[in-house]
Amino acid sequence: MIEARDLTKRYGDKVAVDHLSFTVQPGRVTGFLGPNGAGKSTTMRLILGLDRPQEGSATIDGKRYADLGNPLRTVGALLEAKSVHTGRSAANHLLFLAQSQGLPRSRVGEVLDLVGLREVAGKRAGGFSLGMGQRLGIAAALLGDPDVLLLDEPVNGLDPEGVLWVRNLMKHLAGQGRTIFVSSHLMNEMAVTADHLIVIGRGKLIADSATQDVIARSSGESVRVKTPDPARLAPLLTAEGASVSPVAEGPDAGTLLVTGLPAARIGELAASASVVLHELSPQLATLEEAFMELTAGSLEYGQHSAATAAAVPAATPGRV
Amino acid sequence: MTTAPAAAPDIRVPAVPAGRAGFGHLLLSEWTKLRSVRSTVWTLIAFVVVTVGLTVLISLAINGAWTGPRSASRDASVIADPVGAVLGLSLALGQLTICVLGVMVISTEYSTGVIRASLLAVPRRLPMLAAKAVVFAVLIVILAEIVVFGSFFVGSAILHSHVHVALSDPGVTRAVVGAGLYLTVLGLFALGVGGLIRHTAGGVSAVIGIVLVLPIIGALLPSGTVYDHINAYLPTQAGQLVAHVHRSSGDLLGPWQGFGVLCLYTAVALVAAGYLLRRRDA
Repeated sequence: MIEARDLTKRYGDKVAVDHLSFTVQPGRVTGFLGPNGAGKSTTMRLILGLDRPQEGSATIDGKRYADLGNPLRTVGALLEAKSVHTGRSAANHLLFLAQSQGLPRSRVGEVLDLVGLREVAGKRAGGFSLGMGQRLGIAAALLGDPDVLLLDEPVNGLDPEGVLWVRNLMKHLAGQGRTIFVSSHLMNEMAVTADHLIVIGRGKLIADSATQDVIARSSGESVRVKTPDPARLAPLLTAEGASVSPVAEGPDAGTLLVTGLPAARIGELAASASVVLHELSPQLATLEEAFMELTAGSLEYGQHSAATAAAVPAATPGRV
Repeated sequence: MTTAPAAAPDIRVPAVPAGRAGFGHLLLSEWTKLRSVRSTVWTLIAFVVVTVGLTVLISLAINGAWTGPRSASRDASVIADPVGAVLGLSLALGQLTICVLGVMVISTEYSTGVIRASLLAVPRRLPMLAAKAVVFAVLIVILAEIVVFGSFFVGSAILHSHVHVALSDPGVTRAVVGAGLYLTVLGLFALGVGGLIRHTAGGVSAVIGIVLVLPIIGALLPSGTVYDHINAYLPTQAGQLVAHVHRSSGDLLGPWQGFGVLCLYTAVALVAAGYLLRRRDA
């Protein structure tokens, strides 16, 4: 469990993290969401003791990071910034970390296998692609079999297969009862990965609730429904209080955009009426919209409000 | 939106002994760091080649020009301090490679970002710096003693027909051992400066400035008690005394006193580096 209490970090007169308090529970994936510059990386660095907060504190299982004995056995971290010597091989990078924790040398090979880097174990890390570098960072995080994982933008630079792999790994680890705290500015990725979301903007807490609730709070939630029989389905949906708007033009003509009903309920209604569905997809950009809505509020009084307003139209569902 | 379950990665550590890793583990870890980058190997090769190579060249040059025109005073100084004649210039250049390595063992942690991984592993920070300094010092003291003793034997063998110098002569063993110790402590001084400046180019420039430029400025100072003392207490001026066989008439410090002065500078640099390592954001 990770607990942040009143965490505050200022660089000069710029406030990076502003009296932030939250708790990250074990057994689920907790997404840490915010636009670039919101203070996500700084918050993680404060939790990990790399930076000192001016106020407040962060603890992991009740202890400050610096007070953990053999910290890599308790906490694994993937930082956004590079933390590998370009001239050192992947195996030696992991070896010195393992040795510092009294872990056996064999552990290096195990995590290299786990992340699929066994064949390049002896290669200098400077020649790694972004994705390989991320895998090496994840290997380092898993080295000590930690119960708590902090991952800062873990899917950055990964190919789609790698993204899926990280997503499954995080869910798997959370399923083992571990605490998984993962930051991202990609809302869609969080929507399919995280069970719980902590949203920050300009260093302040904006939302701390289940992912579903964050999406549901969005006024613009919509579901794309493709059916050969829209005339039968539409009335069923409107009867339940949904508003249905058919897409009139383009390749998607005939598709329905439904708001006000969750995808599950739409599917149930279609099934009960034996209406065939070809597609039933929640519009993931709605989380993006929810997020923009949430952060726009926090930025309203700031100098960046114009930039945020300009960014909102880019997050329309049609773009997904 | 559920995806197929992962291929159940097993990430359990098999039978890892519990308990805290000790300082010995940190020494092992720092040794892995030091040996696993090419810059260490290349700098140390440069150190050996420069030191031994220059000793051979200078000894051959002295030997070839013995009792030549205008060499009487040079010959006299070689007889007066054969160790200085054999090792002096090669140490002056060989020490630069040790200084560069000393700065780099810590500054490259910052330039590559590996310092973050290091500090996540050792969040108390000071044990990491201490282990680094110990591993570096042990490696350098072993290598430097081998190199200076080797240089001494090669150089004295070349000059054998003109000057007889042996380890059993008064002050000679101390001077040769002292040369290796001087290099080691100077390397630790450079490590401390590297930890303060956290930047390879900046750290190397600062150390080279202290090692090469300060003595030149010192030599330009007018004669006088205050200036003589400033000169005598410069880190390298003081530290090198331990590598001299005989005490010169102008020396204000004895060989071990001078070495002690260098040790003090080094202690100050390392303590300051440790203090800032604790204080600064990584």
